[in-house]
Amino acid sequence: MRELSLHILDLARNSLEAGATQLTISLTEQPEKDLLLVAVKDNGRGMDEETLHRATDPFYTSRTTRRQGLGLPLFRAMCERCEGSMEITSTPAQGTTVRATVRLSHLDRPPLGDMGGVLQTLACEADRVHLRYRHEAAGGVFELDTEDLQRERNEASVTAPTVLHWIGEHVRGGVREIGSKA
Amino acid sequence: MRISKEELRVKTREELQALRESAKAALAVRDQSGGPRVVIAMGTCGIGAGAREVMSALLEDLAGRGLAEVTVSQTGCMGLCDREPLVQVFCPGQPSVTYGPVTPAVMRRIVADHLVNGQVVQEYCIATGSEA
Repeated sequence: MRELSLHILDLARNSLEAGATQLTISLTEQPEKDLLLVAVKDNGRGMDEETLHRATDPFYTSRTTRRQGLGLPLFRAMCERCEGSMEITSTPAQGTTVRATVRLSHLDRPPLGDMGGVLQTLACEADRVHLRYRHEAAGGVFELDTEDLQRERNEASVTAPTVLHWIGEHVRGGVREIGSKA
Repeated sequence: MRISKEELRVKTREELQALRESAKAALAVRDQSGGPRVVIAMGTCGIGAGAREVMSALLEDLAGRGLAEVTVSQTGCMGLCDREPLVQVFCPGQPSVTYGPVTPAVMRRIVADHLVNGQVVQEYCIATGSEA
């Protein structure tokens, strides 16, 4: 994965596959500590202890279309390469949270990349998933909440192509405005 | 319905409100008759191969052309990882078409040829009907 945001999209896709109706992505940049914190939290079906234990094994997957599952192992490898770490907590029937920390200035850290593209992709599913994004950087906090957008739009769905396109541009602008260094 | 370049550059919430009115009529068509549906595979393999960029190109093109009756969604890995990014197009009354590998440029061609003009882009078609 060339961008950190692609890893985040991949984690969020796991949440959707797990039947989540609530999905929260949060990014916190702490330049003074040289850290970037990533959290993806869902209320999907969760995992029991054994499945959780195998989740980062590249030769384990819950899917039936192929036998490998590379998303979490690739993400963990990236975190560890950047003097960081990743941990998963999960409770069956309640949900899963993936938290990661990476060193902001690490040479091997992929750039954050296009979060606008990630959020517009996920927002395609906004009719069934309440999506929240919070991004904190040196210059402030940017937040997006698909339920708020839905309220503003009354009867028209936020999954209209024009609105999904708007979400992408809105997030790209917002991330720039808060002075993201990721 | 056409959307001007100016409207495409919107970013503020006020401008989002303005988009609402223009999209409402077309959305009614989508919700009643089930307009075309485009599904992009977003498994790890798809994402790694560029599916997100294909999605962005699709949404920009649909917004630019005012094709609000099209439903865009995503699915997980379809098991054809070496042909990613994969895109499926479902038009009412026609067999579904699976395309791959799709780049943003190929995606824009699929919008113009298939969604607008009803012509399957044979060059990138890897399956039709329920085979995929």
